[in-house]
Amino acid sequence: MKAKQVIWSYSLGDRWRKWLNFFMLSCLFLLSVIAAVPFLFIIYYVFDKGVSAINWDFFTQLPKPPGEGGGGMSNALIGSAVVVGMASVVGIPWGMGMGVYLSEYKSTKTAKILRFVIDLLISAPSIVVGIFIYGLIVIRYGFSSYAGAAALLLIMLPVVARGTEEILKMIPNHIREAGLALGIPRWKVITRILIPSVLSMCVTVIMLAIARIAGETAPLLFTSLGNQYHIRSLSEPIATLPVQIYEFANTGFEQMEQQAWAGAMVLVFFVFFINFFTRLFLFFRKKDRVGFYSKMRK
Amino acid sequence: MKETKTLVKIQDLSASFFSIPVLKNIDLEIPIHKVVALIGPSGCGKSTFLRCLNRMHEEVSGAGIQGQVFLEGQNIYAPYIDPVLVRRKVGMVFQKPNPFPGLSIFDNVAVGLKLMGVKRKVLFERVENSLKQAALWDEVKDILKRQGTSLSGGQQQRLCIARTLAINPSVVLMDEPTSALDPISTARIEGLIRELKEKVTVIIVTHNMQQASRVSDKTAFLLSGELIEYGKTSQIFTNPSKGKTESYITGRFG
Ligand SMILES: Nc1ncnc2c1ncn2[C@@H]1O[C@H](COP(=O)(O)OP(=O)(O)O)[C@@H](O)[C@H]1O
Ligand SMILES: [Mg+2]
Repeated sequence: MKAKQVIWSYSLGDRWRKWLNFFMLSCLFLLSVIAAVPFLFIIYYVFDKGVSAINWDFFTQLPKPPGEGGGGMSNALIGSAVVVGMASVVGIPWGMGMGVYLSEYKSTKTAKILRFVIDLLISAPSIVVGIFIYGLIVIRYGFSSYAGAAALLLIMLPVVARGTEEILKMIPNHIREAGLALGIPRWKVITRILIPSVLSMCVTVIMLAIARIAGETAPLLFTSLGNQYHIRSLSEPIATLPVQIYEFANTGFEQMEQQAWAGAMVLVFFVFFINFFTRLFLFFRKKDRVGFYSKMRK
Repeated sequence: MKETKTLVKIQDLSASFFSIPVLKNIDLEIPIHKVVALIGPSGCGKSTFLRCLNRMHEEVSGAGIQGQVFLEGQNIYAPYIDPVLVRRKVGMVFQKPNPFPGLSIFDNVAVGLKLMGVKRKVLFERVENSLKQAALWDEVKDILKRQGTSLSGGQQQRLCIARTLAINPSVVLMDEPTSALDPISTARIEGLIRELKEKVTVIIVTHNMQQASRVSDKTAFLLSGELIEYGKTSQIFTNPSKGKTESYITGRFG
């Protein structure tokens, strides 16, 4: 009887612990809210400032000289799409390949060295990447889409590689063994069983990487420079959204600053839409994923 | 007495991890269409032995192997032999049921066939047959599109057996296939194993002496990487010729 009382009664320690728990939870809640406020404020601010300059012309017209009025950023929108697209087309398969290597051959010497280099690259400031490509490519061949894409590629690769590696590492080893023991070659186990089972997470990593490079400014200043006109060749300087925002925001002309705000808003919403469509894609994919092979039944 | 054909012949097989010997000069002959049980205390090398028979041992880092394993007269360790093809002839069922995540019940069985290049036309039939052989068809025929991982543990293990049978192996290795299952699921799988030997040869590792005596025709006793005794199950369990075997099966060590 006595023992029971000792166990079930509230001691002072219990109350103190409950109170402490409540206090800590409240702190965490408050901190999360505080962290979210500036984020929401940024979105509001960008929207507020930019929305007035958003119109059809913004998406279809070239920039006009200050004083003339009107004009748009179509050159920068297309330019960003080109440079980010080029970096992604190369960077996604390459980065995923490296991620697969890092995870599936993790104890090899090459993997250890590669992982070290990638970690260095991830933590390198992006402006350093820009200067590196400047020294490597721009000095010899001039500013170009290629140089810009190369800089973005260098930023994207380690992100995709490390992301893919971490995701694949979460798959327990017995799943690999199950595949191998069925007489499935290792590369098919990886590409047809492991990666599909974590595809949604891989897509998330890829989208985050694209969103990341879409907003990079510093490395592009050194590589793709900028251009007032539409793209004509991949080996000439090319306008990109972040760089054009940066330039227009510094002109001192109100009309240009307006355009810069509109550009910033488009950039923010682009990242939003990327996230949104990723989720949408995954939602529908999840539905048919299960019947991927089953569809063969009439 | 009727002479039975040998399907797997293991000759002077030794295996190691990081140069530490785990199996020592094992010689063993596995007769066709029989169930052979492998018993012995934990860590004596039973799993390693099984994994040497389908060339899965070499997938682990630090693994070393010597000796020969003949399957239908062919040494599977001959340099020109592709381990992938060996594994299609020698299937494996693991201790923990491990259906492929994200794949439906149907796909779990179909994926091996699909990646081997089996034609769509016959795919469904082969999946159905395999599920029937694994005594799972009646339970899953209406829910083939559900995730394989949504099944119960016992059903998942039968799904893994079906997946293995689908590619038509001549030998199926089972590493403590029921140790993670409840008694009813265990009984079902034991019944299944007895039926399976009509078609395939089964080598099963078990910690359960009753299970070994219920399902197997022959039993091998391993101790510290050495084969102590190998013979008819009835004889091993009633009248073992070695003292160590008797101590083990009567529960005196291990
Ligand atoms: N991946 C591994 N690396 C190093 N040693 C291992 C590994 N797997 C097993 N071993 C060792 O090999 C011996 C035999 O293991 P195992 O074949 O799993 O035994 P059993 O299945 O009979 O319990 C054990 O001593 C174990 O410690
Ligand atoms: Mg074992």
